[in-house]
Amino acid sequence: MTAIEVHNLTASYDRHPVLWDVDFEIPTGKLVGIIGPNGSGKTTLLKSIMGILPIDSGFVKLFDKPLDDVRNRVSYVPQRQSVDWDFPATAMDVVQMGRYKKGKLFGRLSKLDRDIARDALKRVGMLEYKNRQISELSGGQQQRVFIARSLAQQAEIYLMDEPFVGIDAASEAAIVALLKEMRDEGKTVVLVHHDLHTALEFFDWVVMLNTRLVASGPLVETLTEANLRQTYGGKLNLLTQIAHLVKSQEFPVREKEMRD
Amino acid sequence: MDSNLIWVLIGCALIGAGASIVGTFSYLRKEALVGDAIAHALLPGVALAFLLTEEKKLYVLFPGAIIAGLVSMWSIQMIKKYSKIKSDTAIALVLSVFFAAGVVLLTHIQQGDFGNQSGLDAFLFGKAASMLPRDIYLFVSVDLIIVGLVALFYPYLKLYAFDQEFAESSGLPIRLLRFGLSVLTVLAIASGIQAVGVVLMAALIITPAATARFLSARMHHMLAIAVVIGVLSAIIGVYISYLTPSMPTGPWIVVVLSFFALSTFAFAPKKGIVHRHFRRIAHQRKIMDENVVKHLYHMSGSEKGIGLGVLSAERQWGGKQLEGAIKRLVSGGLIFTNQGHVGLTDDGQREGARIVRLHRLWELYLSERMNIAEDHVHQDAEAIEHIITPELEQALLKELDYPEMDPHSSEIPGVKEMKSYES
Amino acid sequence: MSPDFWIVITGILVAVNCGLLGVFLVLRKSAMVGDAISHAVLPGIVIAYLLTDSRSSIWMMLGAAVFGIITTFFIEFLHRKARVQSDASIGVTFTWLFAIGVILVSLFSGNVDIDQECVLYGDIAYVPFDLFFLGENSLGPAPVWMGSINMLVIALVVALGYRGLFLTSFDTGYASSIGLNTGAWNYLLMGAVSLTVVLSFNSVGAILVVAFLVVPPATAYLISKRLETMIASTVVLGTLSAVGGYLLADLWSASISASMAVFSGIFFALVFGYSLVGKKLRKRVHLSES
Repeated sequence: MTAIEVHNLTASYDRHPVLWDVDFEIPTGKLVGIIGPNGSGKTTLLKSIMGILPIDSGFVKLFDKPLDDVRNRVSYVPQRQSVDWDFPATAMDVVQMGRYKKGKLFGRLSKLDRDIARDALKRVGMLEYKNRQISELSGGQQQRVFIARSLAQQAEIYLMDEPFVGIDAASEAAIVALLKEMRDEGKTVVLVHHDLHTALEFFDWVVMLNTRLVASGPLVETLTEANLRQTYGGKLNLLTQIAHLVKSQEFPVREKEMRD
Repeated sequence: MDSNLIWVLIGCALIGAGASIVGTFSYLRKEALVGDAIAHALLPGVALAFLLTEEKKLYVLFPGAIIAGLVSMWSIQMIKKYSKIKSDTAIALVLSVFFAAGVVLLTHIQQGDFGNQSGLDAFLFGKAASMLPRDIYLFVSVDLIIVGLVALFYPYLKLYAFDQEFAESSGLPIRLLRFGLSVLTVLAIASGIQAVGVVLMAALIITPAATARFLSARMHHMLAIAVVIGVLSAIIGVYISYLTPSMPTGPWIVVVLSFFALSTFAFAPKKGIVHRHFRRIAHQRKIMDENVVKHLYHMSGSEKGIGLGVLSAERQWGGKQLEGAIKRLVSGGLIFTNQGHVGLTDDGQREGARIVRLHRLWELYLSERMNIAEDHVHQDAEAIEHIITPELEQALLKELDYPEMDPHSSEIPGVKEMKSYES
Repeated sequence: MSPDFWIVITGILVAVNCGLLGVFLVLRKSAMVGDAISHAVLPGIVIAYLLTDSRSSIWMMLGAAVFGIITTFFIEFLHRKARVQSDASIGVTFTWLFAIGVILVSLFSGNVDIDQECVLYGDIAYVPFDLFFLGENSLGPAPVWMGSINMLVIALVVALGYRGLFLTSFDTGYASSIGLNTGAWNYLLMGAVSLTVVLSFNSVGAILVVAFLVVPPATAYLISKRLETMIASTVVLGTLSAVGGYLLADLWSASISASMAVFSGIFFALVFGYSLVGKKLRKRVHLSES
């Protein structure tokens, strides 16, 4: 079964096209790495899948449905650096956010909700830190809190943006073990990953990106020398020039015909 | 003209010039709002100086203002450095607490028996009319200090303003530069409050710089534009408030300043909102025109052209849009109309071939260089065919080695001729 | 009731109302947007007065509050569409609108019951004389009524919107991933700020209100490890500042509202100083231990 279908997706960041006709599918129950150099559109891809950024063309389907129909089955973990960790909240406060649902923002959290949050925190090995203010946690611990929030959502697809940036080796090992567990439970776990040197071997499936899709498929067949060279071997000159023109001239990157 | 008015005009112009120069640096350092905090913070300094000396002469109040301004800047830095409070809160906090302290002192003075204190009110909204010829000396000296120091250290300041990290790594005395700029900023603001008042002084720092940055990215252009705008606004604002004597000067200067700024944002060439709006319309028209030509090119063969109704029905083009496109294309000599029929002229044929060529070249590029499936490339090429410039077309031809067939095995028109021309 | 009582009550209402919203302004790094709104509603208030001849028409107050929302929108517009640096778009927007407001005040000072002093620091001292009548019966000062209604609205916004505001302030990416409209939440908050600024205008003016918006929440921010604690401490700090400020003003025969703001600043200085000293001590202990 297909967990994620990205169809001919073109997306821009600040009017600059960064994803170009990207087209791939990800089956369920896989641990997937989205890899590519900096500025290759990995984060934009994740945000486009989650509907956080508007897309220029194409579409995304999750379990063969549009996002809005399956939002409760998808969980998103933003980059750790995208939030201010000085925020007055404890680890438990953050994890309980995982139980907030759209249209269910009022009223007290039920006993069940609180138990789920507790279990999630326990699963990442952070239960003894539940009352610690998040600014007093190390980078790795903060990342684990983020993943616990995601677990508390009890989703089936998990999209995580660079979960290994700036964390210690112990946290990284713990997170990798957890992700494998999740995969074994049949969840689909998709990570944006920019470091080629570490931890590529634990992915089942890779999506290789450099503004355009270079390749996507099972790890062994896809992670070839040739594909790596295309992914990390610099940008396509002409494509970059076109993208620059689109931004500087504010040209529409997709045609919308004029009608009265 | 009133001779006093001339002094006031000169004084405010000097103030506008000084504030615009330091404002350009604070803008580039993204510290524009610190100027707002400093201006508000001058109030307690002025009030305290008055309270201690019971003098309201400028040479007494000015040093008080300077000290208060420096203390406020230092407080903002301390709060940011030694607590988790972020810049915006630190600025708002210092601004409002200092201002409140100033109001406390001011109201205390007004309640007490300090004789005529009306001069102090002028510090709130500015009262340029109370400016005396000898105040001009102060403004001239402040401007001379600003211009002199900025000119002397221009290359370093420029580096510091645009790229602090690089300035640091290149071994510039960053702390000294920062301190120097702080002092200049406080000087400019302290001299400006007599014209604009503490509440609106921020505009004199921020608005000329923001306008100048909109028009140029080069430091010396920015400085020149900012000074011109600052000086002009000061002069016009003073003159308006001179005509309506009950009015404070500050708000009028700020309104004129904002008028310059907002009209620049709206009407500036290239970056202005209006220009960009029209450019978008021009793009839409270009796309429409080229699509009509392309469509006719695909339909070519009949000498008589095809019926307008047929054309509009086939692509579901709106009548008005199509009419506009046809009018433009006829006057451009690309199509002819004949009894409700339209067809391509010879130039039109060439143009049609060019667009189809670009479309197919881009499809080929997508499928060959970007591994995009052949059935997915059409939509992309529909948009990009309108963007590709002649230079990019040449580059595409070279990169793809003058291909004659597109991914759908249709001929790419004109490539053969271009290849022979090239060789 | 003595006049002093009503003045202090009004001060507390303003401080608590502003503080509750200020918590979120501080956490969203939008304190200066709050500052901009408080300045920029001035033309709206003057126009409201001109049209109604009254200080307490709720509908006209709502109209004036729309200026605050327009300000928020305009700042965003300048930043997004004209690509003006975000701090400068705040600065350009509020100075422009405030200048127009001041010009309107001086143009119509004959017809309008506000003067420049009122704009700067309000006239909370006249609160006890601004009575609200229902028929023949006086129901107490109108500003107290307005402040109470304001508090009801804010309590509703914060209580019902707690999770939405929490999520969108802490992590916008995550908030939109679960389907929240982060833009709408921002406008809800800024709308509440605008309304509060307008309703507090009579008492504390357009500029001092910033102190009530920012200073108690910033102080609470230093000492709170949870959002709930931060909100509670803000309420306490705001109340204490209002009471303390009143006493200070009495002692110094100075503006009451400004004294309240100064008092909140004193609280901040104490807490900030204490945290600095605490840090230094801890460092010293740490050093001697190792």
